[in-house]
Amino acid sequence: MYYIWVFLIGGLICMLGQMLIIYTNITSARILVTFVLIGVVLQAFGIFDPISAFAKAGINVPIIGFGASLAKGAISAVKAKGLIGAFTGGLEATAGGIAAAVIFAFIFALIFKSKTKS
Amino acid sequence: MLRGNKMTEKERNQAYNKYVKAKIPKTRAWPSLFNSFIVGGVICCIGQGINDLILLGFPTMAEQTAWGYTLIALIFIASFLTGIGVYDKIGKFAGGGSIVPITGFSNSVTSPSLEFKHEGIIYGICVKMFTIAGPVIVVGVVSSVIVGIIYLFV
Amino acid sequence: MGARRTVIFENKPVIIGSYSIVGPKEGKGNFASYFDYIMKDDSFGEESYEKAEKKMIESAVAGAIKNAGIKTEDVSLLLSGDLLNQIISSSYAARNFDMGFLGLFGACSTMAEGLAVGSSIIDGGYLDNIVCATGSHFSTAERQFRFPLELGNQRPPTSQWTVTGAGACVLAQKGQGPRVTMATFGKVVDYAVNDVNDMGAAMAPAAMDTMMTHFRETERTPDDYDLIVTGDLGKLGSEILIDLMEMNGIKLGLNYNDCGQMYFTRNQNTLSGGSGCGCSATVLNSYIISKLRKGELQRVLFMPTGALMSTTASQQGETIPGVCHAIVLESDVKPKGGGVQSKDVKKSTTASKGRSKKGG
Repeated sequence: MYYIWVFLIGGLICMLGQMLIIYTNITSARILVTFVLIGVVLQAFGIFDPISAFAKAGINVPIIGFGASLAKGAISAVKAKGLIGAFTGGLEATAGGIAAAVIFAFIFALIFKSKTKS
Repeated sequence: MLRGNKMTEKERNQAYNKYVKAKIPKTRAWPSLFNSFIVGGVICCIGQGINDLILLGFPTMAEQTAWGYTLIALIFIASFLTGIGVYDKIGKFAGGGSIVPITGFSNSVTSPSLEFKHEGIIYGICVKMFTIAGPVIVVGVVSSVIVGIIYLFV
Repeated sequence: MGARRTVIFENKPVIIGSYSIVGPKEGKGNFASYFDYIMKDDSFGEESYEKAEKKMIESAVAGAIKNAGIKTEDVSLLLSGDLLNQIISSSYAARNFDMGFLGLFGACSTMAEGLAVGSSIIDGGYLDNIVCATGSHFSTAERQFRFPLELGNQRPPTSQWTVTGAGACVLAQKGQGPRVTMATFGKVVDYAVNDVNDMGAAMAPAAMDTMMTHFRETERTPDDYDLIVTGDLGKLGSEILIDLMEMNGIKLGLNYNDCGQMYFTRNQNTLSGGSGCGCSATVLNSYIISKLRKGELQRVLFMPTGALMSTTASQQGETIPGVCHAIVLESDVKPKGGGVQSKDVKKSTTASKGRSKKGG
């Protein structure tokens, strides 16, 4: 049943992105940045976890989830280690995703060739 | 509108831009919004499916770790689809639906690497890898450090 | 109003040969049957698209010389340009030819710029044979001006499709072929459009300026031409040009069209149409020149437009300046059935209307 929530929330977030594209004409880099910031803000105000509890992948798969993990990592590391945590926590929590993006991009760039659109 | 020599250059330009804006053909928004909704929803459901399968196979795994693997799997799939030239076709149809999910991040890392491979491994793939997704990391890190420091005092 | 910008060529340089080469998508477009060569694969057997673009220009130059029936040794000068930084496609293609080289940059207006400069040199009697060439490639332009090919983003409805193709022609003192009779050098016009996805709107004012200057200085009207063709204003840009001209009291009729708008078929998904140096160059060197050769077109006003922007300037918030050069081409074959005479009669009505509004 919770797949319905995943679908609805995930779809709505993506639709919000599309609205930004249509009505403000912004590029995909700006879309990604905007949504990461939304994630950071939601986490900072403690709103992310309650939504995540029922939306699950619906809010974790959109890049909002990436921003939320960055903020969450920084917050919990600050609580555990003090000031140094603000610097280490964010990237520590998201290291897996960034490393995966880097390694797969590297490998596939070596294997494949860019193709012309038609 | 654009006639008359009394008009200053600035007024003329403003009038022209206003005219052009009105002239641009209006496309209906809802088909593309619908597409992005469906594709975005499906991608999130695939993510949820992967996550549930991982937890089914390894019931003792921590939820956080399972999410980590899920995201890595999605990033892998998107990167692969970018490599074989499928992701841009999905993107043409879905717009925001395939940009906003983490798969869109993966696509924006893989596509420039692929594009610039002719400039070599170092100056092509490595240097150009974050030309589009770089701001995401920068803004994410900067804002998370700020949030962390704020939490130090509250 | 500045100094006179229209040149009338007394000796009428001749286009003795031309050649066009295009990519597979362009080969399915509306001009498919006119092109000399359609590539099966747009990498053209090269490992990068930049190298493919260079090779296209090379083969266009070689093909035009061959079609002209002369030898490479007979050509004194190559005039060429393209869209890439430091016009590498042209300069690198020129390495292989034993002739002088002048690199030109007029963005998508390069074909006309080359013809104007080349015709002036020929007309002056300084050189005998000159090759004018230009080309563009979808994939190289995409990566230099926009995004990587594999990035999953959507193109806005005003965006245009860079034509993969190159065209070249040989200008000579004498011979058989269409003649270049006039050229109007365009000035840079900027109406402060800054949307890089809306080149048509950015370039239309430049086209208007050149067209107005041309008609004023030559005392001609649109009806003096069988075909008035702009380069790559696209669907939106050419509609804007028609509006702009009407505001200036000149009505463009059915003899006006735009290469970019005509280039692709409706279901080729190119939104506002084709663009790039190759767009006007391949149409000129295939369709237009062959129609002029047969006498099916008698007098053509060819005016490709160029957007003189760079990504650096755009990111710094600069607007997009446009330029447009006009070339008059005339057939050396008499028309069958006196098509032009009837046109001359027709012109008097609309022409006088156009002039009166301008106030002479």
